[in-house]
Amino acid sequence: MKTYQKIGLAALAAVSMVACKPKGTKNVVSGDAAEKVYVAPGKHDEVYNFVSGGFNGQISVVGLPSGRTLKIVPVFSVHPENGYGFSEETKPMLETSHGFVPWDDQHHLALSQTKGEIDGRYLFANANNTPRVAKIDLTTFRTTEILEIPNSAGNHSSPFLTENTEYVVAGTRFAVPADGQGDVPIESFKENFKGYLSFIGIGKEDGKMDITFQIEAPGFNFDLSHAGKGKSHGWFFFSCYNSEQANTLLEVNASQNEKDFIMAVNWKKAEEYLKAGKAKKMAVEYAHNTFDESTQMAKSEILKEVSVLSAKELKDICYLIPCPKSPHGCDIDPTGEYIIGSGKLAALIPVFSFDKLMQAIEKKDFSGEFDGIPILKYESVLHGEVQKPGLGPLHTEFDGKGNAYTSMFVSSEIVKWDIKTCKVLDRQPTFYSTGHLMVVGGDTAKPYGKYLVAYNKITKDRYLPTGPELAQSAQLFDISGDKMKLLLDFPTIGEPHYAQAGPAELFTKNQVKFYKLEDNKHPYVTKGEAESKVVREGNKVHVYMTSIRSHFAPDNIEGVKVGDEVYFHVTNLEQDWDVPHGFAIKGAQNAELLIMPGETSTLKWVPLKAGMYPMYCTDFCSALHQEMQGYVRVSPAGSNTPLIYSLNNKKDNAQSPVKQGETK
Amino acid sequence: MKTNAIQKWSKVLLILLGIGLIVSIFVPIWSIFLNAPQYPEGLAMYIHSNKVSGEYSIINGLNHYIGMKEIHADEFWEFTILPYALGIFAILCFLAAFLNSRKILYTLTGVYLLFGVGFVFDFWRWLYDYGHNLNPQAAIIVPGMSYQPPLLGYKQLLNFEVWSYPNIGGGIMIGAGVILFILAIMEFKLAKKSV
Repeated sequence: MKTYQKIGLAALAAVSMVACKPKGTKNVVSGDAAEKVYVAPGKHDEVYNFVSGGFNGQISVVGLPSGRTLKIVPVFSVHPENGYGFSEETKPMLETSHGFVPWDDQHHLALSQTKGEIDGRYLFANANNTPRVAKIDLTTFRTTEILEIPNSAGNHSSPFLTENTEYVVAGTRFAVPADGQGDVPIESFKENFKGYLSFIGIGKEDGKMDITFQIEAPGFNFDLSHAGKGKSHGWFFFSCYNSEQANTLLEVNASQNEKDFIMAVNWKKAEEYLKAGKAKKMAVEYAHNTFDESTQMAKSEILKEVSVLSAKELKDICYLIPCPKSPHGCDIDPTGEYIIGSGKLAALIPVFSFDKLMQAIEKKDFSGEFDGIPILKYESVLHGEVQKPGLGPLHTEFDGKGNAYTSMFVSSEIVKWDIKTCKVLDRQPTFYSTGHLMVVGGDTAKPYGKYLVAYNKITKDRYLPTGPELAQSAQLFDISGDKMKLLLDFPTIGEPHYAQAGPAELFTKNQVKFYKLEDNKHPYVTKGEAESKVVREGNKVHVYMTSIRSHFAPDNIEGVKVGDEVYFHVTNLEQDWDVPHGFAIKGAQNAELLIMPGETSTLKWVPLKAGMYPMYCTDFCSALHQEMQGYVRVSPAGSNTPLIYSLNNKKDNAQSPVKQGETK
Repeated sequence: MKTNAIQKWSKVLLILLGIGLIVSIFVPIWSIFLNAPQYPEGLAMYIHSNKVSGEYSIINGLNHYIGMKEIHADEFWEFTILPYALGIFAILCFLAAFLNSRKILYTLTGVYLLFGVGFVFDFWRWLYDYGHNLNPQAAIIVPGMSYQPPLLGYKQLLNFEVWSYPNIGGGIMIGAGVILFILAIMEFKLAKKSV
């Protein structure tokens, strides 16, 4: 063989070696995908997708199928963009028994339901870190209530809802000693650490949250949960791990047992025991924060007591279903018959039958007890096992046609399988490491089907890089046919965990467009420019201020002194949709305000130096937006500059009319 | 044979007209619609016999750029007169019918037509004043531009498309004028014939 031939062959071999590099991350998008996600300008998306923000403590509102982000709703995090957690009105929303906690780790969401179907009224959200449950009013897309959960740490199996929104639950992820009794050695884990499950009652009319009772369960780590529905209404199911009750090297020591548990809780029975006076009152401290829409003011109160039922003593409220290897997701199919556990370290998916569960309980078909709670025989309650579904099954949702969809974290894929036969039907790769997934209405009695969204943890190579931190990702699949089809991937805000979604009409029909000025009962409201004024009360200066295109009233204030606390109570006089006004002042150490039409918001400002401080509108509101401004003159402490302000001085350029401030 | 009796169907019509005029006191007389890119849902303003309704406060808010006056119902003397005028015309309709009086019919028709012309003129004058009487210190002054809305029909005013049409009340009032005029002529001819 001639030399050049040899070289040629070698080159060919090298090229083919390179060509043989595995194409792991290849896209599988069919030709008509773009058409299916295209929402033409002026057209609306079909579905609202409410996506948890993980460590950002917020919720994103995303339109499907376009994947466009429509709004960020601050829930557990301060939000300088609009003053949430910074304005005097909203500060109380983030109060807890630990004081003001301006952040959290938000994982799961639940849309309110009636008869097992989404009703479009409320969205509930959990805070993992400082255990809290929030309610978002979907007429305004605002957080209107936050309830802290006592006796808990890591509010992870929350907020899951019963089919008529009777209860939202909050199960603790960390087994903990009861509040106030935590000064114990870690060695005493088995005696002192418990798993508390909170059942938060929801007011039928006002949606008000109230911890009706807690169940004191063994010291497991409660992970996720779902309520029964249809025939299993009245039951709640919680996945739990660390049945080893290990407290060091958890990853190893808590993964020793072949099986952990799903705990089935008969909450109707628990209600009966509560009525029969079987609960013990426990002294605790937890905050309950409510936002009153009529006064536009939040208040925070500390509650001191909670009723606790003992699972150990009341034998027939809790039962343990063995579930292989660290159960994570715990999902109930639309009929309420099948309970799907996902052992995230297991190589199969167990499907349990509610009917069999009832029979087994009836026949006392137990294999033992754990801390006084009966353990059912695995085989007696098992409907079937999905064999070799993939690696690391996490969560399952349903399409209402007898199919289940499970996310596989380790093998980065979504697997579709038949609930009855437990046979795998289809699998599609995700990019990459998918955690939660969601079918529109997929945890209700009537899924809307059609779309599935996978929420992925890692996005290497999916989007333009942005330094070491990359965008998180969601991927939209069409599940209307036999095979799942990838339609779109889009970056998300924060790290999405669980999400909820429903058809747009459910939410659009009740939208509040603006707050009616005549209904504004804020104690510092200014309903017209003529009413605006400046009032000094000791070292507090209250400015009753209005904003309208294109000016503030008052627009100039003199006589504020260093050391004063100035409260700007700004009322937006507009009565038109989508005309908010902003308010900001130089050197303000908290935030700006974004005030909706008809709303009053208060910014507290403590000037530290004498000088002239401009204030202005931050939201470009009109052609005269830049003219929407004024000044506050700050004089040194103890000076006798008179308190005066001016209103609407168009003609003579701020010479008059000047009004005297009131002093109380 | 000499008779003063008004035809039966004329009486029926007069009673219906009277009822119609009473109705027109309580329903909008005129509508003005505005459309602009930033108001895709449109803005509507309705003129009643005694008030304005609709989204006029939003229109007031917008008009500050160009220095138009704000619309406030209590600044119009017309609103204190108009309901009574319509009521009196209704009563005259009933009187003409029940008293069998051609004289009243003729008087009513004459006065009503005068009133109609006056009403239209007053409305036009109002629109003219509203569109031309601008604050010289307005932020936006477009040379040569006035903002008089159309009396009837469509007009483009800067970024706004403006429509102006009679509403139910206006329809009744115009119809009443036409019918009264025809009735008066017919009755006049009949009366002449029967002499």
